Amino acid sequence: MVITRTDAAALEAALAAVPDPEVPVVTIADLGILRAVEVDETTGEAHVVITPTYSGCPAMEAIRAHVEHVCRRQGWMPTVSTRLDPPWTTDWISEDGRDKLRRFGIAPPSGRGAVAADASSRHTGVVALELRVHVVACPQCGSTDTTELAHFGSTACKALRRCNSCREPFDEFKAI
Amino acid sequence: MPSPGRAVDDAVPQGDALAAAYLLGLADDAMVYAQRLGEWLTNAPQIEEDMALANISLDLIGQARGLYPRVGELDGTGRGEDDYAMLRDERGWCNVHLVEQERGDFAFEVARLLWFSASRIELLAAGSADRVLDGVMAKAYKEARYHLDHAVQWTLRLGDGTEESHRRMQTALVAVAPYVDELFDDDPVSAAAYAEGIGPLPSETREVAERTVQRIVAEATLTMPGASPWRSRGGRAGIHSRPMGSLLAEMQHLARSHPGATW
Repeated sequence: MVITRTDAAALEAALAAVPDPEVPVVTIADLGILRAVEVDETTGEAHVVITPTYSGCPAMEAIRAHVEHVCRRQGWMPTVSTRLDPPWTTDWISEDGRDKLRRFGIAPPSGRGAVAADASSRHTGVVALELRVHVVACPQCGSTDTTELAHFGSTACKALRRCNSCREPFDEFKAI
Repeated sequence: MPSPGRAVDDAVPQGDALAAAYLLGLADDAMVYAQRLGEWLTNAPQIEEDMALANISLDLIGQARGLYPRVGELDGTGRGEDDYAMLRDERGWCNVHLVEQERGDFAFEVARLLWFSASRIELLAAGSADRVLDGVMAKAYKEARYHLDHAVQWTLRLGDGTEESHRRMQTALVAVAPYVDELFDDDPVSAAAYAEGIGPLPSETREVAERTVQRIVAEATLTMPGASPWRSRGGRAGIHSRPMGSLLAEMQHLARSHPGATW
């Protein structure tokens, strides 16, 4: 089978549409995991940069494999690299991604993202402990009367909560 | 005669070899503690805690994986993550003694996580002249804040909980105390790395870390243990305590019995 190489815009669109393996309703572009796509039209090489949500996120292997597969299907030779800096933050999740998460039953990250907090505290040596209560709305009924059941949920990026109004348990995307 | 626990070879590496040695300490702390935390799976008091400690373990493995290939680049051997994690003998490991100690009760783990996160967060906050380490640090810093918060919540619940939980949490603080000094030792590699801007001086991070712990301990109606009659030392130089051998045996068994195995 001869595969004709697609143009760069088509490749980018296809890569942006790669679903997250753990939360398939959102794409790696929605989550801000896809950092950059650089193509060389003459050699047909595509260099894709991705970033993990958490250092040990086990989904990275699957994402990398899927990205490579998409590149090859479109006739490009992929190299995939991981970039940590600047570190991923939940602030990078798109508005569209937040809506999709909510509809899927996962509360999107709420409150202030970590970027501002980090920029001020890293390098100053002062670590502010945040023990404040943060308000999370139930993705099912919208009530803000919810309690945290567990600090860590089914994946590294989520915590487990319960709605006190509709009694449904739900995952919350932790704000970092 | 050298004092007990003192490394035989005191020569401090320079240049890239120095950066490699420094990064290895940070990576080994993460890797060894990840292994200990992983032991809680199916053993924690609640299933949520199985998940929590395993998730923290996973973050730490991720941090180690980010650093090992860089160590291989800097030390010129080109070794990869598996070479460092699975094929090194005890004397080659540079982690502090706190992380290699056997799993105690849940309170012990909370006390260990409290000190580990409170001190590590200060190291990570300092940043590094090594671009790879700086990237890993920025990422790990956010994770460490969450880990610390987890340890804080449990210290408060156990300390200010029942008579039994209070007693156990206090006992745990005492059990962890002899390993705390080592976290802030200016070992020759860290001191040299500090001079090159690769990392902070551990002793300078002590004040803030200690203040964090003291504040939480007080709020949890517990008391800071008095000076310990002994203290651990030598981890950064590859001198380890008894539990390290069996930890490595368990962790490395599969990789060594079936070289190159994949699944």
